[in-house]
Amino acid sequence: MTLWKRFSSNTGAMIGVIILLLVIAIALLAPVIFPKGPWQMVQRPFLAPFSTDGLPLGTDTLGRNVAAQLAYGARVSLLVGLVSTVVALLIGVPLGAVAGFYGSWVDEGAMRFTEFFQTIPNFALAIVLVAILEPTLTSITLAIAIVSWPPVARLVRAEVMSVRKREFVDAARVAGLTRRRILVAQVLPNTVSPIIVMASLMVATAILLESSLSFLGLGDPNAMSWGYMIGAARTVIRQHWWLSFLPGIAIVITVLALNLIGEGLNDALNPHLSRKARA
Amino acid sequence: MTDPALDIRDLTIALPAGADRDNAVADITFSVATGEILCVVGESGSGKSMTANALMGLLPPGVGVRSGQAMFGGRDILALPEAEKQKMRGESIAMIFQEPMTALNPLMRIGEQITEVFAAHDLLNPAERRARALELVREVGLPDPDKIIRAYPFQLSGGQRQRAMIAMALALEPKLLIADEPTTALDVTTQAQILKLILDLRAKHGMAVMFITHDFGVVAEIADQVIVMREGQIVERGAAARVLGAPEHPYTRRLLDAIPTGRLPEARTLAEVPALEIKDLRKVYRTGGGLFRPVREVRAVDDVSLTVARGEVLGLVGESGSGKSTLGRAAVRLITPDAGQVLVGGTDIAALSEDELRKERHKVQMVFQDPYASLNPRQRIMGAITDGPIARGIPRARAEAKARELLEIVGLGADAATRYPHEFSGGQRQRIGIARALAMEPELIVADEAVSALDVSIQAQVLDLLRDLRSRLDLSILFITHDLRVAAQLCDRIAVMQKGKLVEIGTVHQIFRSPQQAYTRQLLAAVPGAEWNRDGAVTA
Amino acid sequence: MQIAIAIFSRLVKAALTLLAIAVLNFFLVHAAPGDPAVVLAGEAGAADEAMIEQLRERFGLDQPFHVQLGKYVWGIVQFDLGYSFRQGAPVSQLIAERLPATLLLTMTAFGISLACGIALGVAAAARVGKASDTMLTTLALLFYATPLYWLALMAVLVFSVWLGWLPGFGYETVGANYTGLTRLLDILKHLILPALTLGLFFMSVYMRMTRASMLEVSQLDFVKTARAKGLSGPAIRRRHILRNAILPVVTLAGLQAGQLVGGAVLTETVFAWPGIGRLMFESLAARDYNTILGVFIVSAAMVILFNIITDLVYRIVDPRIGATA
Repeated sequence: MTLWKRFSSNTGAMIGVIILLLVIAIALLAPVIFPKGPWQMVQRPFLAPFSTDGLPLGTDTLGRNVAAQLAYGARVSLLVGLVSTVVALLIGVPLGAVAGFYGSWVDEGAMRFTEFFQTIPNFALAIVLVAILEPTLTSITLAIAIVSWPPVARLVRAEVMSVRKREFVDAARVAGLTRRRILVAQVLPNTVSPIIVMASLMVATAILLESSLSFLGLGDPNAMSWGYMIGAARTVIRQHWWLSFLPGIAIVITVLALNLIGEGLNDALNPHLSRKARA
Repeated sequence: MTDPALDIRDLTIALPAGADRDNAVADITFSVATGEILCVVGESGSGKSMTANALMGLLPPGVGVRSGQAMFGGRDILALPEAEKQKMRGESIAMIFQEPMTALNPLMRIGEQITEVFAAHDLLNPAERRARALELVREVGLPDPDKIIRAYPFQLSGGQRQRAMIAMALALEPKLLIADEPTTALDVTTQAQILKLILDLRAKHGMAVMFITHDFGVVAEIADQVIVMREGQIVERGAAARVLGAPEHPYTRRLLDAIPTGRLPEARTLAEVPALEIKDLRKVYRTGGGLFRPVREVRAVDDVSLTVARGEVLGLVGESGSGKSTLGRAAVRLITPDAGQVLVGGTDIAALSEDELRKERHKVQMVFQDPYASLNPRQRIMGAITDGPIARGIPRARAEAKARELLEIVGLGADAATRYPHEFSGGQRQRIGIARALAMEPELIVADEAVSALDVSIQAQVLDLLRDLRSRLDLSILFITHDLRVAAQLCDRIAVMQKGKLVEIGTVHQIFRSPQQAYTRQLLAAVPGAEWNRDGAVTA
Repeated sequence: MQIAIAIFSRLVKAALTLLAIAVLNFFLVHAAPGDPAVVLAGEAGAADEAMIEQLRERFGLDQPFHVQLGKYVWGIVQFDLGYSFRQGAPVSQLIAERLPATLLLTMTAFGISLACGIALGVAAAARVGKASDTMLTTLALLFYATPLYWLALMAVLVFSVWLGWLPGFGYETVGANYTGLTRLLDILKHLILPALTLGLFFMSVYMRMTRASMLEVSQLDFVKTARAKGLSGPAIRRRHILRNAILPVVTLAGLQAGQLVGGAVLTETVFAWPGIGRLMFESLAARDYNTILGVFIVSAAMVILFNIITDLVYRIVDPRIGATA
């Protein structure tokens, strides 16, 4: 209740929520609004926005409906962003939790492993993975998850280590609870807030990563995506700049909305910190 | 001493909307004379620190002076423009703080931190500043001034840092020194040294000192005048001897009564059966030891043996780093000792495997220090108390019934079970912690600084509860504390530790009346207000 | 002495990391669908049967797995990154030709983003809650949400195509054959847009971090001590808050180096900047895996270099490290 109150009193966060809901609605309704799909040629190419009825945003280099492309692109962005974040959490949370809780050589090993993945330039690794595994939605999602989990592991480890030092964990040990139960039932619930905040920001980063891969031609050839649209229109940017411009705006707005939500969550979940930051 | 250095009239400090009261302090009036030490005494939330911050012009955002004046050097310092206040700070009024660990910039050398006081007020040239800094470091009794000046704060001990803070405060010979709980974070012996330093400096420089504390023992050591504050009001004022000897206000009397004094409890006859036997216990901590780093060893507990009889409260006393907490944590096997035995009811707790240990855990329970960290904020009280018994195999219904009963016993009422920790105060949380320990029906309870984080009056209530439980339930307690006065109130015997070794062990009467070891005598002498306490004990 | 030991142990760690990446590379090649020899040769028909047979022999693909692994890693230890059949040259030579351009671009972007990010973060924190702070943080939020390559495209469109102020293509003016200072200025002119667009994203990251860190440090006890000493606001910020606040930003900058190098692939692609990122993009289209993996391992080496640099900076700023060792 108070959490929602704090969150909803944050103007930026509420703008973010409204934009995100709109993008989700467009993504869900894309097949209803544009039953022909994003790939079909509907008119002659390079129609400017607002110039033709029924094609509010004009047509692209191959005469495809730009509005339909944007709507279907939203599906890919949100899907890849969400699923890759979930996968990254599934890797990062257990690894960080075990490392932070058990310490000693478990921690040492897990952190060397994490550091290794953090050292590898993540975008370059994503390119190599997708290039070698052949670009499909699955390989793209997997590649993004593989390059995004290290910060999660570090965050969870740090949180678990700080919670582990609190006396209620000692109390649980003295009460005879098993270590696994202490970790799952006592420690992890106290690390949820920062994980939620990080997850919302990760979805945003994943959307940027997916669009970058598609821009380089590493998108799933069967899925319309915003990055692909920009990449395809790049060669004609001098004459038809809006073909590159519009999908870029779609990305900026969606990512911005997610970042605003992430910041709002951060302020709402850590009222103490945000008050400090505002003071 | 009639000339007031500082004269405060009708000071009211407003708190932001939504705080638990409107004003941090309301309509307070007092003065400090030149060369006088005024102690402002109160529990947390009494408004004593806010008053000091207001004088310095360092109130936190949202908090402001609503009315009143503070005359200092012929001017109302509350009404000065910010630039004037800034000039005044450090030059005519200086302040030292509670936490010497965090009050110094970790990335700046001590010398720089002293010389920047001169720089901030555009005084002296760099060479003179350096020379003065050396003098100051020498004056506050820091060893090897040339080295200290080039040291970073992390290279100094807590007491040394507080001395460095005092050197900075003295730099410009201020007329008023405000000390906000400057010794609270220090060990007793260090505290005694710092108090003596402040007394010496006052005598030498003749400045007025406003000394904020919660500890009447400290008041007895250094105060000329005392004001007692409670919830933003001054409830009592007067000369130190009068306030300590014949308090008028009931609150002052309550506070003074609550202070564990030198009054020793009646000796009790104890059972012969041991509840806990510690034999030749040893724990060594190793740090460092990387590829190129040498291993450093700290003998936290060095060959210690002691017993706690059934129904006995054994006090384990020592300064920080004495190994008392390590010993306590080894007794509940939160840490595994390197050598030695921990026998509880014939079982060596220290030798059990992880699985065997879990079955024996219930025999020794612990009450923790920090009431805000010892309960899981996301778990209801019922869960916190019944987790252990249920894990032990006691049916849920029975465990819950027992939990409600115990919550009644510790004075909270059974309905506390359904609530979350944040709904309780610090003292109440310690009661929950005690109920949690009792729920396991242990043979021994280890209380690790269990009342140290509490205000005096709350501390007294929790000690009362423990005393009551001791007689009702025939509890055996290993009571770990840094505070000899607290130990004296509750314990049958006292063990003194220093640097991992057991220095002395004996009945409370033996330890207090005829200590055998030099270190024990030193500790007793360092207890603030030691003289006054002994007098109190005689008259009582 | 301590610094020397620190550098030595960092170098050992760096070598081990690179070795591990080489092993990872090997497994990636084998994870690719199809015959590794065909994968390495590039499947766009550049290699004929004889060449593939030659490759099989060279990599010992008929030998046991661990022998193959050993051969591959040993090759990399000797700076042998394989041969690009598409380009008809050894990969190490291709990379060596292009590396200076990438280093120039990433170092410039890193420098600009760190310097401006910290400066703006300090400025925003000093005016916290005021209009200028709100404006700066909003701008940072916006750049943080903007895809790098799109920002680069838009910059080309506006500053190069529409306004004609700056070149939007290449490393220097082709065919002009400038020498000396003229050439240097020409390269600088070409560098501005790529370096700025690559740096803007990271600038906003560092700015947000610096601002948050400044505000957090300003709540610490020693800042109150400094105020009690009578220091002025700017003096407190400069002498006490800034130095303490910068430490976490330096750490973050080190961690972000990987992203910066990755971002160079996009920037170089848009601006046709002749660095290893552009090389990677060209190799993607040609499915020239040998070159892709070569660029990958070299960019990882660059990240390690950035990490060592930030580590040393950290040691200089923070006296607590090393002194306790």
